[in-house]
Amino acid sequence: MSADKTATARYSLAADEFMFVELSEEMTLEAFFRSISITQRLKAMSVPGIIEICPANASYQVRYDPDQLSAASLQEVLESLDREVSAQQVRNIETRVIEVPVLYNDPWTHETLMRFRDRHQDPSGTDLDYAARINGYDSVEAFIEAHSGSPWFVSMVGFVAGLPFMYQMVPRERQIQVPKYLRPRTDTPKQTVGYGGCFSCIYSVRGAGGYQMFGVTPMPIYDPFDQQPHIDDSMIFFRPGDIVKHRPIDRDEYDRLLADAEAGHYEPRVVPFTFDLDDFNRDPDGYASRVKEVLHDH
Amino acid sequence: MTIDVIKPGLATSIQDTGRQGSYHLGIPPSGGMDQRSLRAANLLLGNPEGAAVLECALMGPELRFKESRCVATCGAEMTPRVNGEAQPLNEVFRVPAGATLSFDFVKAGARLYLAFEGGIDVPEKLGSRSTYALGSLGGLDGRPLQAGDQLNLLPPSAAAREGRQLPEALIPQFSKHYMLRVVPGIYDHRLTDESRERFYEEDWTVASEADRIGYRMKGGSPLSFIEREPPFGAGDDPSNIVDACYPIGSIQVPSGSEPIILHRDAVSGGGYAMIGTVISADMDWVGQIQPHQKVRFVPVSLEEALAARAKYRKGMEVLRQMP
Repeated sequence: MSADKTATARYSLAADEFMFVELSEEMTLEAFFRSISITQRLKAMSVPGIIEICPANASYQVRYDPDQLSAASLQEVLESLDREVSAQQVRNIETRVIEVPVLYNDPWTHETLMRFRDRHQDPSGTDLDYAARINGYDSVEAFIEAHSGSPWFVSMVGFVAGLPFMYQMVPRERQIQVPKYLRPRTDTPKQTVGYGGCFSCIYSVRGAGGYQMFGVTPMPIYDPFDQQPHIDDSMIFFRPGDIVKHRPIDRDEYDRLLADAEAGHYEPRVVPFTFDLDDFNRDPDGYASRVKEVLHDH
Repeated sequence: MTIDVIKPGLATSIQDTGRQGSYHLGIPPSGGMDQRSLRAANLLLGNPEGAAVLECALMGPELRFKESRCVATCGAEMTPRVNGEAQPLNEVFRVPAGATLSFDFVKAGARLYLAFEGGIDVPEKLGSRSTYALGSLGGLDGRPLQAGDQLNLLPPSAAAREGRQLPEALIPQFSKHYMLRVVPGIYDHRLTDESRERFYEEDWTVASEADRIGYRMKGGSPLSFIEREPPFGAGDDPSNIVDACYPIGSIQVPSGSEPIILHRDAVSGGGYAMIGTVISADMDWVGQIQPHQKVRFVPVSLEEALAARAKYRKGMEVLRQMP
């Protein structure tokens, strides 16, 4: 098994400063797990000449200084880490569980999606109606239950500053999948909970976007003006490997939490957690319940 | 010492040599798109090489100086004027107290770098003063200049020498047709052989969507990807991949139609296949290409990219040693 997995890594030179490594062509929890395990180890090694290490969903990228470290030497380091991760059967990571309150079906994304209806696959309904229908749910409520019931891995942070891509911790047959808008919008409210392909996301800033829009969170996730005590000097709240659990909230709670955030004293629910891939694979639903318990027992 | 922004110009922003170490969180390097010209303007003045300057795209700003300061401009050819009187490019000149500095329309190149004795004083964010507008970070309130803004300058570290010139040999020669060297790779195996070859044989025209995030190209033949069953999570379009990181300089081709070269304010990742990466030594040139000008992509090996890099670095050393 280990040998096969290493064999699938594809190392590609992106000119003289970047190396791009594809671990799997398709999205799998295994590939993400391998990406996060390799990149965490690489970071801990502090190899001279490595400038930035960027884990992604099923791949990762390294920026390096070729005057200090050759492409060939870098690739050797990466290959040996991949072998190590596979041979040692690294199956767990230290991470944290974060609760993200979401006002689904909120007035702001609703106003926005109506404004860009001509760019949508189904102009007759809302993004939630559409996503629920094409994924075989009887109602929007049942769809929201699926979106918020099982936890998510932050599998990549990026596109723009601090935007988390999230992959749901459910078997593939239960993965929600939706296409992006036919043509991207020129506007998306800040902190919109969006969906495209098999990934959920939270827009960190207001701006263009192509993901379907399901709701908004009052929780600040990007802090360029240093106003949020729960966000450190990196200005970014999420890290690849974080586990997210969405919690549906009503308008009153949203308003209350937003007021907290605007006053600079939002307190997110965050609990340290060791994720074990084998435990998860044995019983995904049981594992989802455990994540919920961890959040609320703490 | 402050400077009043009377007119902001088309897209003028505070930039320096950029920030490192946050790309994994979606924050790109930013910094001047033409680093060689940014550094040359600072070096002319005796500033630290990476002092913050104004990057002025296509149409320069109009600025009023409250006190006298030396400035230098490098990069695109837009004649500077002090109270209407033409000043030399690539040379230190003084703007007297109360005078207005303005610029003519661009004649060649796309971005002029205006450095001030001492450099612009804005707070460093994640180690840089550069503006990253998509993320409202750095520069002046995280955005390009607006009319009514005031710029503060740091005190000069050394006296600038009026009349000091960039040696002729170090002044870039702008063109209307650029050859950009590219290391093919990343997902170019997804293209048909015919399409991959043709990409490098045709002229591409820079579209009007050419900014700090990326340069979009038009006019070449649409690219064909090899047919496939879409991998889970990638999306149905043949140009889609499972969302991944985007290298700076990488070329993506959404739906196979219009290639985009990502630059220093790049979106850090997404779901479009990249087919190659512009070499680091040619990235400064990308920032000097105007919309509607032509580009030809030239495939090169890593060895050629490294040789070009060494030559670029040597050129920077010559700049640092200039008289």
